[in-house]
Amino acid sequence: MINEHLPALVIGLPLLAAFATPLVSKINDKLRNIFVIGILGITLYLVYSLLCNVLNDGIFVYVMGARSTGLTLPSGYKMPVRIILEADAMSVFMAITTAVISLIGAIYSWAFMDKETGKDKFYTLLLILTAGMFGMELTGDMFNFFVFLEITSIAACGLVGFRITRGESSEAAFKTMVLYTLGALFVLFAVGILYGEYDALNIATLASRIQYTMLDKIALGLLLTGLAMKAGAVPMHMWVPDAYAEAPAPVSLVLVVNTQAGLYGLFRVLFSLYGASLSTQTVGWILIILGVLSMFVGVTMALIQDKLKRLIAYGAVSQIGYMLLGVGVGLATLNTPALQEYGMRAMEGSIFHVINDAMYKGLLFLTAGAVIYCTGKRNLNEISGLAHDMKFTSIFFIIGAGAIAGLPPFNGFASKLIIYESVYKFNPMLSVIAILVSILTLAIFVKIFQSAFLGPKLLDVKKEPRSMVLAMLVLSIIVIAFGLFPDVVVDKIVSPAVNALINRMDYITAVLGG
Amino acid sequence: MIDNLPFIACAILVILGLYTLTFKRNLIKIVIGLNLVESGVNLFLITLGYKSNAVAPIYTMAAKEEMVLPTPQALTLTSIVIGLATTALILSFTILIYKHYKTIDASKVRRLRE
Amino acid sequence: MIGVLETGTGVWSALYWILSFAVLFIIVYFIYSLGGKTVKASGDKGKPFLSGNEMEKEKIHVKASNMYWGFTEALKSYYTPLKGGHTGNINDYVGWFVLALAVILILTGGL
Repeated sequence: MINEHLPALVIGLPLLAAFATPLVSKINDKLRNIFVIGILGITLYLVYSLLCNVLNDGIFVYVMGARSTGLTLPSGYKMPVRIILEADAMSVFMAITTAVISLIGAIYSWAFMDKETGKDKFYTLLLILTAGMFGMELTGDMFNFFVFLEITSIAACGLVGFRITRGESSEAAFKTMVLYTLGALFVLFAVGILYGEYDALNIATLASRIQYTMLDKIALGLLLTGLAMKAGAVPMHMWVPDAYAEAPAPVSLVLVVNTQAGLYGLFRVLFSLYGASLSTQTVGWILIILGVLSMFVGVTMALIQDKLKRLIAYGAVSQIGYMLLGVGVGLATLNTPALQEYGMRAMEGSIFHVINDAMYKGLLFLTAGAVIYCTGKRNLNEISGLAHDMKFTSIFFIIGAGAIAGLPPFNGFASKLIIYESVYKFNPMLSVIAILVSILTLAIFVKIFQSAFLGPKLLDVKKEPRSMVLAMLVLSIIVIAFGLFPDVVVDKIVSPAVNALINRMDYITAVLGG
Repeated sequence: MIDNLPFIACAILVILGLYTLTFKRNLIKIVIGLNLVESGVNLFLITLGYKSNAVAPIYTMAAKEEMVLPTPQALTLTSIVIGLATTALILSFTILIYKHYKTIDASKVRRLRE
Repeated sequence: MIGVLETGTGVWSALYWILSFAVLFIIVYFIYSLGGKTVKASGDKGKPFLSGNEMEKEKIHVKASNMYWGFTEALKSYYTPLKGGHTGNINDYVGWFVLALAVILILTGGL
C-alpha cells in the first residue's frame, strides 16, 4: 500500500514532522534529535524504494487527489487538470542525493548546534527545507515548482541568518533573500507567459504543445536567468560566498544540495519542457559560456580569500561551472549525430559530477565547521598547526581536498575525466581551461592545508565530538567508494538519468498516455 | 492598443521596481522595490485571464454567461501570500541589521565584501 | 569487470592505479633503504635560521594571506577590476543580475 503513494509520502513526511518538531522538543531535547534523525532515515528508505521502483518499472506518475493515483486523464478531458508528481530517473537521482545529505546534516548538527538556543526552530526549518527540495525534484507541474522554490528560499534564508548575535549573518540573509525572491518572481513571470499562450501548467502538456514563438523565447530567457541565479552561475554568484560563510556548518551542507536542486530545475526546463524545439546551438553555447566564467572567476577569487568558509564557498561556485559546461555541450549537440558520440558522455560526466560534488563539498564544509567549533576562530591568519591535535579532521580534509582537485583514486577524478575527454572532442580550448581550473583548485586547498593544519602549534583546541566525526566518516567512505567503483554508479543511476533527460517523448507519454 | 494597456502597466511596474532595487540605497526602499516587482507580476497573472463582458467566476449554479478564467486568480492568491511571508522575513532581517550596524544605508552595510 | 569505467575514448580503473602505485612505492622504498641514514637534527642543527637571525618556529610560519603573493602580484591587472566588481553592495548584486538577464534575453530572443 505504501508503494502506491511513494512520491507524496516522500514530500509529506518531512513536512508533517517539521510541524511536529516543536511539540516533541517540549518533552525532551535528546528525544527531538532522535526524532529528526529517525524521520530523515525513514525518508531515505522511502526514496530508496522509489529509486528501485523507477529504475525497474519506468516513470512513476502520481496524481494528487484523484480517485486513483494513476488517473491522469479522467473521462472526457484531453489534458490533465490536477497537480501531477512525475518521478523519472533524473528526479530520483537528485532525490537520493538530497536524502543522504540531509540525514548527514542532521547527524552532524547533534553536536555542532549543542550550545545554541532556539534549536527546535533550527530543526523545524531544516525539515521544511528538505521537504521543499523533495518537492522541487519530484513535481511535474510548473507552478508547483515555483511554490516549492519559494518554500526552499524562505527556509534557507531563515537558516542562513540563524545566529542573530552576529551582524554579518543578518546582512548575508538579507542579500540572499532579495536575490532569491527576485529570481523566483522572474520564474513566475515566465510561467505566466507560458500559461497565457498554451493554457496549461503541467510540464508534459506544455511540452507537447510548445512551438518556439517569440514569447517562448522571452520565457526561456527569464527561466534560464532565474534558475541559473539560484544555481550560482557567474554574474549572479555574489550571494554564494556570503550565504555559505555565515550559515552554520550543517546548513552550508544542505545549501549545496539546495543549489543543485535549482540546477535540476534548469535541466528539466531545457530538456523536457523545450527539448529539441530550442535553437540548441545558441542556448548550448550560453550554458557553456556561463560554465567557463563560473569556473574561472570562482577559483581565482578563492585564491585571495582569508576566511576559511568563504574560500570553500568560492570553490563551490567553480564546481557548478563544471556541471554547466558538460550539460551545455550535451545540449549543443542535441539534434546532431555527435550526440551519441560524445554529447551523452559529456552529460553523464556532468550529472555524475552533481552527486560527487555534493559528497566532497559537503565533507569540506563539515571539516571547516569542525575547525571553527574546536578553535573558535574563522580567519586563516590566526590558526596554525591543527594537525597535532585534530587528527581525524586532517585526514578527512586531505580526502576532501584530493577529491575536489581531481586526484585519483577519489571520485572527483572519475567524473572530471569523463568531462575532459568528451568536451575535448567538442572544442579543445574548453578542456584546456577546465584542466587549468582543476590545477588552481588544488592550489587553493593546499593553501588551507599548509596554513591551518601544518606548522607550529599556536592554539589550544577542544576535542572533536563523536557525532561530527561519524558524519564526516560516512561522507569519506562514500567519496572513496565512488572513486574505486565509479562504473557501478554510472551504469546504475547516472546513465538512466541522462536517458530520461534526452528522451522527451517518454516524459510526455507517461502523463498524456500516448 | 487600448486592450494592451494592462500589459504595459505591468511592464512599467516591473521596470520601476528594478530601478528602485538598483539605484536606491536605503534598505527599506529596496524592500519596496521588491514589492513593486511582485505587484507587477501579480497584475500580469490576473490580466492573462480577462475576457471582455465576462463576470467574476464566483457563482455556483450560474446562468449561462461568460466568466473570466479562474486559474490565474488562484495562482495570484498563492503568489500574494508568498509575497507576504517574504516581505515579513526581509523586514525582520532589516530590523536586526539596524540593531547591529546602526545604519540602513546599503553602501555602509557591507562588512562581507569581495 | 567491476571497477572499470568506460569514458568515451578510453578506460579508467582505480584499482589498477592503486596496484601500480603500491608496486612503484615498494621499488622506491627498497632503493631508499639501501642508502645511508640521515643525520639527526640536534642542538643548533634543527633550529630555523633566517638571514643571520635565530627565530622561533612560530614567527617564520607563512600565514595564509601571504602565501601566493607572487601569483597575485603578477596578475594585478586582472585582480584589481575583479575585486572592484565584488563590492558587497546589494544594489550591485541586482545590477549584475539585470545585466545578465538583458544579455541572455538578447541572445536567445533576438529582441
